Amino acid sequence: MTMTTREEKRSKVTIHFAGDSGDGIQLAGSQFTLTTALQGNDLSTFPDFPAEIRAPIGTVAGVSGFQINFGSEEINTPGSNPDVLVAMNAAAFKKNIRNLKKGGIIIANEAGFDKRNLRLAHMDESVNPLDEVRASDYQLYRVDITKLNREALQDLELGMKERDRSRNMFALGFVYWLFHRNLDPTLQFLTHKFQTDPIVLEANIRALKKGYHYGETIEAVKRYSIESAKLKPGTYRNIVGNQALAMGLIAASQKAGLNLFYAGYPITPASDILHFLSRHKNFNVKTFQAEDEIAAITAAIGASFGGSMGVTATSGPGMALKGEALGLAVMLELPLVIVNVQRGGPSTGLPTKTEQADLLQAVYGRNGESPIPVIAARSPSDCFWVAFEASRMAVEYMTPVIVLSDGYIANGAEPWRFPKSDDLGKIQAPYFSGKEEYLPYKRNDKLVRSWVLPGQEGLEHRIGGLEKEKETGNVSYDPENHEEMVKIRAERIARIADDYPALERIQGPPKGRVLVLGWGSTFGSIKVAVRNAISEGLEVSQLHLRHVFPLPNDLGDIISGYDQVLIPELNNGQLSKLIRQEYDASVTAFNKIQGLPFRADEVLEKIRELHGA
Amino acid sequence: MERNGTAYSSKDFSSDQDVRWCPGCGDYSILKQMQTVLPELGINRKDLVFISGIGCSSRFPYYMNSYGMHSIHGRAPAVATGLKAANPELSVWVITGDGDGLSIGGNHLIHALRRNLDINILLFNNEIYGLTKGQYSPTSELGKYTKSSPLGSIDHPFNPLSLALGADATFVARTVDRDPTHLREVLKRAHEHKGTSYVEIYQNCNVFNDGAFEPWTDKKQRDANSIILQQGQPLVYDGGNKGLRLDGLKPQIVDLTEGFSQSELWVHDEKDATKAHILSRFFNHEPGPDKFPRPFGILYSEDRFTYEEAMQNQLDKALELQGKGNLDELIRGKSTWEVE
Ligand code: SF4
Repeated sequence: MTMTTREEKRSKVTIHFAGDSGDGIQLAGSQFTLTTALQGNDLSTFPDFPAEIRAPIGTVAGVSGFQINFGSEEINTPGSNPDVLVAMNAAAFKKNIRNLKKGGIIIANEAGFDKRNLRLAHMDESVNPLDEVRASDYQLYRVDITKLNREALQDLELGMKERDRSRNMFALGFVYWLFHRNLDPTLQFLTHKFQTDPIVLEANIRALKKGYHYGETIEAVKRYSIESAKLKPGTYRNIVGNQALAMGLIAASQKAGLNLFYAGYPITPASDILHFLSRHKNFNVKTFQAEDEIAAITAAIGASFGGSMGVTATSGPGMALKGEALGLAVMLELPLVIVNVQRGGPSTGLPTKTEQADLLQAVYGRNGESPIPVIAARSPSDCFWVAFEASRMAVEYMTPVIVLSDGYIANGAEPWRFPKSDDLGKIQAPYFSGKEEYLPYKRNDKLVRSWVLPGQEGLEHRIGGLEKEKETGNVSYDPENHEEMVKIRAERIARIADDYPALERIQGPPKGRVLVLGWGSTFGSIKVAVRNAISEGLEVSQLHLRHVFPLPNDLGDIISGYDQVLIPELNNGQLSKLIRQEYDASVTAFNKIQGLPFRADEVLEKIRELHGA
Repeated sequence: MERNGTAYSSKDFSSDQDVRWCPGCGDYSILKQMQTVLPELGINRKDLVFISGIGCSSRFPYYMNSYGMHSIHGRAPAVATGLKAANPELSVWVITGDGDGLSIGGNHLIHALRRNLDINILLFNNEIYGLTKGQYSPTSELGKYTKSSPLGSIDHPFNPLSLALGADATFVARTVDRDPTHLREVLKRAHEHKGTSYVEIYQNCNVFNDGAFEPWTDKKQRDANSIILQQGQPLVYDGGNKGLRLDGLKPQIVDLTEGFSQSELWVHDEKDATKAHILSRFFNHEPGPDKFPRPFGILYSEDRFTYEEAMQNQLDKALELQGKGNLDELIRGKSTWEVE
C-alpha cells in the first residue's frame, strides 16, 4: 500500500540524532556521515556526548547527540538549528526540540515516550509531548521502533536486550530512506564489525533494512534528495580530526626518516590518537601508554634524546602536569611535539565539551622564560597539516612545539581532498655534519644546535635542565651567560616566524572596516558568518591564524588596514589579549564559553553590531 | 672493551667537569667505583648513557664521560624508559636518590620496575634531602630530627627493597659506598642482568646525615649487624658466629658457636622470590644482637622478557600481519570518492 511520496530537492540539511548514551547514537551518526561523504556531499559533524560513559538511563543528562550538516553546497559548520530531529526517547526530545527549525521533521521512537521515560526526563507523565506537537509546526513521524524492531528479529536467538541494541540501525535505516542514502557502506561496516558474531550481524542488517523499508510502507509524505557538492575536483575521503592528527604524525616521521615514539596517558578527548597510532605499528611507530602525564612527556623526551620523533598528546589537565617537562625540553633543545586537544576547563571542567581556553597556557604556562612555538588546527582535516607542520618545526628547529586542537574538531568529521605522500615536503633533521669540533650548544645561522644521538662515537656529551654555558653546554651559573642564553632561546623561537608563509586572507577586502581574526576550530563558523555578512553588503574580511606563537611578522600590517578587529573565541578573550599586547589595534573580543562551538549566526550578529547595523 | 685498539681505563670515563659534591660525600666513592668497573663491563662508551633526576646524586652524569641527561626531579626512570624503548642498543643507567626516586618520582620508579626494561637503576640512599639542605626523606627513620621535623619525623619510612620486590622487580640488590669491592661486584651483576636492575646504595651524606649507616659500615659493628649474601652459600654472619635458618617461613637466628650445624642453615637462592621477600624485611632501624642482620648483595634476580623486546615483537608482528606501512594507503583510507 505504497502511497505516492513526494520528492524534494534540498541543497543543505542538518540532522540531529539524539538518544540515551547506550543507544548507539554516535555509531549511527558516524555511519550516516560516512555514507553521506561517499555520496559526494560536503559535510561537517558535531558529536556531543555526556562525560559519563553510561549516564543514568533515560535522563536529560544522559542524552548523547550527533549533529551532521550536509549538502550540495559548501559546508563549514555542523549547522545551527537542525531540520531533522531523531529522538530515541523523551529526554532526547526535551533537550533538543527547542533547537529544531520550525517546519522541521521529528522522528520519534514511540516506546521512548512511555510514562517511565517521561518521568526519567522530568516531564509531566500524564501528557505525551508527541500528542502536543502541532502538524502546523513540525512534520512528526511517530515510529514504534522498539516494537517494530523486536518483531523483525523475533526468530533470532537473541535476548530482548540484545534485540533492542540494534534499534539505532532501524532508526538509521529510516533516515537513509528519507534522504536517499545508499545502504552499502553501512552493510559493509556491519559485516566487518560483527564478523565473529553472525546472529548479531543478522540482527543489525535486518534492523537497518527494516527501517529503510518502513519508509516505503507508511504514509511518508516526502523524501529528500541532496545532490553531490561541487567541491574542488579530486579524490576525497571522510576524515575525523584525531585520526587526521595521528596520520599527520606518521607522515612527518616518515618524511623525516625518523621512528615515531608516541607516549600518552588516557585522557578525553585525546585518547583516540593513542588508539589510532597503536594500530599502526607497521609504520615503525612505538606507542607507550605511560603511568601518568608526566611520564608520557618525559618518556617522549627520552625517545627524542635517543633519536626518535618524540610525541605526546593530552588535554588541559594533562598539559598542566607536563609543564615542568616542557621547560626541560626548552632547555634541552630537542625535537618534541605536544598536542593539547582542548576541552572545557579549568580543572576537570567539561571533559567532553569543547573550548579554546588553553591558549595562554600554551604560550606562557611554564616557569622561567621558556618560549615554545604554538600552532592551531582549524578543522578536522587541518589536524593532519598542523601535526605535520609541528613535527617539521620540532625536528628542523630542535624545539618542543605545541599543537592546539579541541574536542570539536578532534571528534568532528569532514570530506578531505587528501594529499599524495610525494607532495609532502621532506623534513631534514639538523644532524651534526662532523666537519668541525662538536659543541653541544653551538648554533647555525638560525640559532639551531645540531642533533647528536647517543651511539655516535666520540661525540659523547651531557645535557640537562640546568642553565648551560653558551656553546659548550656545560653547567653555568654565570649571570651574564644566563641573560644571554635567555635572549638566545627567545630569539631562536622568534626567528621561526621569518620562515612562515605569507598570511592569506580567507575572504573580504585587504583593507576596510572590520577584520574578523580567529584561530583554531572557530574557522568554519567565522567563514560562514563573514560570507553572509559580505553578501549583506557589510565591509568585513576574514583572517585565520595557524601560528599563534610566535605571531606572524606580517600580521601587524594586515591588522592596521582595518578600523576594527573582531576576535571570536571560545574562551574569555585570550587571543584578544595577545593581539592587544602586540599591536596598536582596536580589538573587540567576542567570547562564548559554553562548551559549545560558535553558531555562524552568533558571529554574524556580532559583525552586524560592529557595523552599527 | 677495545677502543682504537686500546682497552678503556677508568680515566676514559671521567669527564672534564669539576666534581662538586661536598668533600667526604659518599657519592665520590660510588663515582669512582663506577668508573673503575666500567672498563670491565664491555660497554662501548658511545653506547653508554646516564640519566638522572634532581638531587645531589643526580649530578652524577655530568662527571661521566659518556652520553647523559640531567633531567627533572623524579622523572629519570620515565626518561630512561623512552630512551631505552626508542633505542634498545644503549646501555642505560638511571641515577637517583631516596627523595628523587622514592618520593617525587616514586610512581615512575615502580612502573619502570614492573615493565622491566633492560636498564640499571642506582638509588643512592642517604636518608635525607641533601641538596635542599637537610629535610627528612622518605627513607629517614621515624622520629628523626631534621630542619623540617624539629620534633621528629612522624613519617613511617619506605623499605626500598620490599617496595621494589612488591613492584615485581627482576633484580634487587643492596650495597654500600664504603665497601668498594662489594659495590663494584654488585654494579657488575646489575649490568649483566637482562631486565631492570635495581640497586640500593647506602650513601653517607656527611653534611646532613653523617653516620646514618654506621651500624653497617663501621668496622666494629658491621659484622654483627650485616650479612653478605652469596648465591648457594649458607647465611652466615658475625665472623662465622651466627647464622640464619628457616623454620617454615619463619627466619631464625642461630648461634653457630653452640654446635649448630651449618648444614641446617638457610642457603641463599637469589631466584627464590619468597625468600627474597623475607630477607628484604630485615629492616629494623636499631640493630641489636637479637635483631636480624641487614642483608647486602643480590636478594633477588629473575629472568623475564624485557619491555623493549616485547615492544619490538609487536612491531615485527604488525609488519607481518599488516605489511610495511604504506603512507599513501594510510592517508587514502578505505573509502574514497571522486569529484570531477
Ligand atoms: S649534601 Fe650530603 S649528599 Fe649532598 S653532596 Fe653534600 S655530603 Fe653529599
